[in-house]
Formats: sequence, C-alpha cells, structure tokens
Amino acid sequence: MKLPNNRIHKKRIRLETVLKQLLCIFLSVLVLAPMFLVIINSFKTKNESARMNLSFPKEWLFSNYADVFQKADLLTGFLNSLIYALVSTTVGVLLCAMAAYVLSRKRTKINNFIYYFLICGLFFPVNYITLVRVFQWLNLNNTRFGIILVFTSAMIPFCIFTIYSFVETVPRELDEAAVIDGAGPVTLFFQVILPLLKPTLITCFVLQFMGVWNDFLTPLYMSSTSKLFPMTMSVYQFFGRNGSYWNYVFADIVLTIIPVLVVYGIGQRYIIGGATAGAVKG
Amino acid sequence: MNKKKVYPQWFLVIPLLLYVGFFLLPSLLGVFYSFTDWGRNTPRDGLHTVGLQNYIDIFTSNKNYASGIVNTLKFTVISNIVKIIPALFLAIILYEGLKGMGVYRTIFYLPSIIPFVIIGIVFTSVLNYKNGLLNTALEAIGLGVLKQKWLSDLGVVWTSIFMVDAWRGIGYVMTIFMTGLSTIDRSYYEAAKVDGANFWQRLWHVTLPMMRGAIMINLVFGVTYGLKVFDIVYVLTNGGPGHATEVITTYSFQLYGAGQYGMATAFNSILLLITAVIGIVIVRVMSRKGAA
Repeated sequence: MKLPNNRIHKKRIRLETVLKQLLCIFLSVLVLAPMFLVIINSFKTKNESARMNLSFPKEWLFSNYADVFQKADLLTGFLNSLIYALVSTTVGVLLCAMAAYVLSRKRTKINNFIYYFLICGLFFPVNYITLVRVFQWLNLNNTRFGIILVFTSAMIPFCIFTIYSFVETVPRELDEAAVIDGAGPVTLFFQVILPLLKPTLITCFVLQFMGVWNDFLTPLYMSSTSKLFPMTMSVYQFFGRNGSYWNYVFADIVLTIIPVLVVYGIGQRYIIGGATAGAVKG
Repeated sequence: MNKKKVYPQWFLVIPLLLYVGFFLLPSLLGVFYSFTDWGRNTPRDGLHTVGLQNYIDIFTSNKNYASGIVNTLKFTVISNIVKIIPALFLAIILYEGLKGMGVYRTIFYLPSIIPFVIIGIVFTSVLNYKNGLLNTALEAIGLGVLKQKWLSDLGVVWTSIFMVDAWRGIGYVMTIFMTGLSTIDRSYYEAAKVDGANFWQRLWHVTLPMMRGAIMINLVFGVTYGLKVFDIVYVLTNGGPGHATEVITTYSFQLYGAGQYGMATAFNSILLLITAVIGIVIVRVMSRKGAA
C-alpha cells in the first residue's frame, strides 16, 4: 500500500534537489561572471578589453600589471590603506575591549547609560562636513593621524556592542581568583581577560579592517592630497583619468582586492559566526 | 571584591572622548550650523544665523532637493526587501543540506567583501549599453528585447542600482540567516512534520519566530546602511541621469563641494533626525529585551 506513494515522494524530492542545484549554480554564475570579467580583461590590450567580453585574451599581457603598478601609484595607496586599517583597527579594538569589559562587569546606572549612549552610534551618520571643521581647529586636517582618528572613532559603537556581549561569557570567578592572587586591575585585564576575548577581538579586527580598507567616504572628505589617498580613492581617481583603458582599470582593481581577500581568507571562520552569534541567539 | 578598584573607570575615558569628540560633537555642531549661512565665503562675510531658511530651501526650492530625501527612504525600503526575502529562502535551501553548501556559501558571500567603489566601477562596465556583459548575455540567450540603457534610462536606473546592491548584499544577509537557522533545534521541525505542517506552515510557525534575532540584525544593519547609502550611488550614477537618483548623502556632498556648507549640514541633520528616531526605537527594544 505504502510503496507507490513513497516512490512518488522520493521522485519529488529528487526533482526538488535538482531544481535547487540549478538555482544555486545559476546564482553562482551571476556572482562569478563579473569577477571573471575583471580578471580576464586585465590581461588584454586596450582595444580588446574595450569590448568587455568574457573571451580569453589573444595574447596574455602580464605587463599590464607592471604598467598599472607604476601609473596608478599603487604603492602609496597600498601603504596608506595598510596604515589606516592596521593602526585604527588595532587601537580601536583594544580600546573598545577595555571599555566593553568595564561596562559589562560593572553595571552601575551610569555605565548602563554610557553603554546605550555609545550603541546609539551604530545608527548615526558621521557628519564629515563639521568633522573637517573640528579638524581644522585641531590642526589635524589632511593628516594621516587625523584620518586614523576618524576611523577609530567610527568603529567604537560596533566594537563595544560586539565585545560587550562576549565578556559575559567569561566567568567572573576568574577575576576573583586573579585578584586573590594579587593581580592589579591592569594585569587582570591584559593577562587574564584579554586572551579569553580572542575570538571576538579577531572578529572585530577582521570586520573593521575590511571596513576601513573598503571605505570611500572618509578619505573623500578628509584627504585633499593624493599623498593621503587609500587604495579605494586611488582606484577611483585612476578610473576617472583612464576610463577608456579598461585593461588597466581592471588590473588596478585586481591588485586592490587581493589584500582584502587575504585578510578575509585568514579571518573567514571568525567573521560570520562571531559577528552575529551573540546577537542572533538573543 | 571592590568593584571600583578591580574594574577601573578610566578604561572608558579614551573611547568616550573619541566618540564624543569625533562622532557626536560634529553631528551636533552640524545641527547648529544648519541654521546658519555657513559657506566658503564665511571667512570674509562672517557667519549669520538664517533660522530655518536652509530647511525651507530644501523643501521648496526648484532644485528638487526633497526628492533626495524621498529617494533615500525608497532605497532603504526596497533595497532591503529585495535582499532579505531572497536571502531568507536561499539560506533555508542551503541549510536544509544541499550538496556543495559550503562552496555556494563562500561564493555568495564573496561580493560583500569587495569595496563598493570597485563594484560600482565594474558594473559601469557590466551595465554598459553597447558592449556590457548584461546586454550581451541577454542578446546571446535570445532576450535581446530586454536590453536597456541601464544607467541612463530614467525608467530602469533605480532597478539597476537595486540589482547591483542585491548582487553585493544578498550573500551577507543570507549568511546571517544561516547563523540564525543553526540555532534552531531540529526537533521543532520533526514535531511540525509529524503534525503534517507543510513548508509554508513550518516557515511561518517555526522558522520565522525562532529567527527573530537574525531578522532583527539584518533589519538594523540593512536600514542603517540604506539610510546612509553613498558609495554605490555616487560611483554608478553620481545621482544621475539628471537628479533622478540623488540621495541625501550625494546632495550633501555636492553642496559641500559647491561651498554651501550650511545647506549641506542641513541635509546631514535631516539624516541624523531620521536615523535617531529609528535608532532610539531599536535601542529601546534591545534594552527592554536585556532587562527581561
């Protein structure tokens, strides 16, 4: 009695699986095609790349990369991006870990207020126009230090939010044991607590590093000389000047993305789970 | 244990100073300047308060500034709908154990780590009318009738922006949903299956209620991103054709470039007000959950 019914059921499931696979393959092609376009065209001549198609180049011009490296002044952009991302993220994450730890452990009325006061920044936009003004007063305008300060300040709400909920998972008994052993507050935090926060710190670091690396608006307002441009700005400028040289533009893009891919590759397993797990579980 | 000594309050000082000094203060200062004629000529002419003139200009001038506000809201709503709903179904499909799930997940997530500026540049090529990949592909599969001037035709330019935005964002939203799905106990589904619940009933009565956290996160990230959107519009259309795709941030940047700082900060203050209202509502909900 049950057999034919079961067979129909099985067939339906198989059909469903095939349809789902087809859908996922189709979507993967949609995602990968533009990336393939960029890579393949970065090896073509100017005229060939102007046709913007997916065919292989008649002749692989690896020299495009060397040309771009010089023309686009990629090294300056790369070093600027690296300095901005590395310094602002390291300092920001460390400072936020200290603050989130105290906010989470010592929940006085005032600290609760401070927590929500900081979290509000998750929503607010940065007002760059007046920020430029503030920087003029402080003589920080058009300096690397200033740009780093902007990035560090802007990541505070997110980092506090993420680290705060993680601190709760570190048992308080550890604090007590360390204090009984004679550890001062600074030793307690840096030698006992901080190592235990590692997963969430890496999450914050990777996400914010990529965020700073990918940011465009901050340097657009805060840097008026090309010496201070990070990679996103220099790519955009390069595109503006050499819009018809798609081979160069695409080679420039490939070189710009590689560092992000590396950081993503290293930190991948920390990004997804860590960023959201706490909040998702509610 | 003496909490005062063990958890030193000075740990908070630098983050608070930075946050207040370089995040909050500029925003509040912006509100102040939005009532003035602050501009490039201020050093020569001096600063004057002009009351609500900047705001009146935004809503009444013939330059269609108000459309920037409407467009920002429109972008926030539509871009989230076209990302969140497909991402939810994709997450469910993958999570139910499709072969190659890990590979698909990585592929779909990939675009969200690429800078917007670069995505914008790449898609000016993909959406190019004459040679672009999209039109070529449509022609190749016999759908040449669907060819469009994606970035210069008023009728489709918003569709193009939403497409590109979804291309970048769906994988990210999907990943958060998958994290949410992984926290649901499978036994709920088995119980629902025993009760004879179909896919939609399971979705409505089990999946969605259990994923409140993930939905919330996606809404918060999505809404704040949508309201502050700049990069993708700036690089793809720069507000054009004409002013059809201007949003608050692109108008603000233009006015800044034109030296009309007072007007530009008025735009920013409107954005601040909108995000503040939404943010306060969300933080209220979050803090109530924390207290419960």
